Amino acid sequence: MNNNIEELSLSLFMGDNNLILSHRLSEWTGHAPVLEEELALANVALDLLGQARMWLEYAAEISEDYKTADDLAYKREIWEFRNVALVEQPNGHFGDTIVRQFYYDNWHKLILEHLYQSENERIAGIAEKSLKEVRYHLERSAQWTVLLGDGTEESHNKLQTSVNHFWPYALELCNTNTANSGFDDDLASLSRQTWIDSLSNIIAEATLQLPETEFSYSGGREGIHTEHLSLILAEMQCLPRAYPGTQW
Amino acid sequence: MYSQVIDEQPVSSDELNAQEALFQEKIDNDIKIEPRDWMPDGYRKTLIRQISQHAHSEIVGMLPEGKWLTRAPSLTRKSILLAKVQDEGGHGLYLYSAAETLGVTRDEMYLALHSGKAKYSSIFNYPTLTWADIGVIGWLVDGAAIMNQVPLQRCSYGPYARAMVRICKEESFHQRQGFEMLITLCKGKPVQKAMAQDALNRWWWPSLMMFGPPDADSVHSAQSMRWKIKMNGNDELRQKFVDVCVPQAELLGLTIPDNKIIWNEEWQQHDFGEVNWDEFYNVLKGNGVCNRERLKARVDAWEDGAWVRDAAKAYAVKRQRSSSL
Repeated sequence: MNNNIEELSLSLFMGDNNLILSHRLSEWTGHAPVLEEELALANVALDLLGQARMWLEYAAEISEDYKTADDLAYKREIWEFRNVALVEQPNGHFGDTIVRQFYYDNWHKLILEHLYQSENERIAGIAEKSLKEVRYHLERSAQWTVLLGDGTEESHNKLQTSVNHFWPYALELCNTNTANSGFDDDLASLSRQTWIDSLSNIIAEATLQLPETEFSYSGGREGIHTEHLSLILAEMQCLPRAYPGTQW
Repeated sequence: MYSQVIDEQPVSSDELNAQEALFQEKIDNDIKIEPRDWMPDGYRKTLIRQISQHAHSEIVGMLPEGKWLTRAPSLTRKSILLAKVQDEGGHGLYLYSAAETLGVTRDEMYLALHSGKAKYSSIFNYPTLTWADIGVIGWLVDGAAIMNQVPLQRCSYGPYARAMVRICKEESFHQRQGFEMLITLCKGKPVQKAMAQDALNRWWWPSLMMFGPPDADSVHSAQSMRWKIKMNGNDELRQKFVDVCVPQAELLGLTIPDNKIIWNEEWQQHDFGEVNWDEFYNVLKGNGVCNRERLKARVDAWEDGAWVRDAAKAYAVKRQRSSSL
């Protein structure tokens, strides 16, 4: 029995969310609507990848089954991934990507602010380093949410559709009623309402409305995912799986 | 790099006046030309084509490598590649900004690219088929780029020369990363080395084409050399590139796919085979493996992003109105 089950669970959850979202953002390379955004999307992808590595390195140290962060990223099966469905969702149009990011960044900042207080120095350290980057991510996704929500009629309508579409996926981030999550105390400190409150000013400024529906996806933390993750992993893990035991 | 065939603007005789003589004198004395300085129309137009072609090459060049971001085989390689591709976007940004100082807008340059009027380097119309291509692109494509661009740090146009200083630093880093990746592959399993050899076989000749056609066929080079916006002949740089690459390939244990490569003691350089220039001109005309796909990706990004740019403009107008109330 692993004595660090809670820490392992937490670091896999944080690492996997960042890893998969970084993967999705990297798919924008060469396809963004303006060059500056091309750079910003790659920058956020790179930050999240760096954070994923920190979490997965820690996870590998306390895991009994995997030795390195690369093992965790490239050798695990789909049911061993702990990320939420939100980060697996396809990029869609630029507004979809912005809303997915805005939901995530708000949650990410709140959870990191909490983890920064952790008695576990390793967790607190990763959170501190990540927070500096995530504050910038949130600033950017909030600015774009306002700009597109309050831009043209077309952009407003698109954003409202994105806000509605990603809502049930985003609620999973704050879904604390999950068995075996291993870190309920940490996550329970961030209630759904706290997260919703954190969105409301920007959503109002963007002249958008949050959906009323309470349905939330769940299962990511137990390894139950949407079909998208199987395709992401097929792509991401293709070389290490085709040539096992190879150094790259 | 990436400005292989530039049609220069001919200089009319009435421009050969005192102003132009003064302009040429500054260039001869290595005094930089800055955006507000007088310059002949031909100089301006040739530079716009050259710099924008270079900028387009950077952003189109993100596509073939970008294809491997989601398949990079380790977290370290993934980070390196992502940072590299981001750097290329940054190069595009400096270069578009440098071109804008000559009185053209970025949108105008994009439209020229999308209509097929403006070109980008032929090298990016070749496909990236295996992970080893990422290493070979760093080694050869970035290597050739450095060979072309280092002299341009001393070119006559200030904003272009300064952009080139920063770009060269980053390109040189990319080149080393590519080579280091190939060392890992070549020291690895036989299949990894075979992957590297296959990539070298496919990228070698297109890399030599990056320097442009032979000087004898490059009829417009003379004026650009006088203006110091082209610093070396195509053949001279190509030769230098071959001489640098031969020992590097030996170090990797790879074979350059040219059986005519041999050291020429008399000339103190390598002899090498003839580039297939028909292929080069064919790719320039749009008939490379990936020409249509690359251009379509850029056009789609532009068209699909129109609503985002429109929203940004509309929002800026609203903000301006509310702040003036």
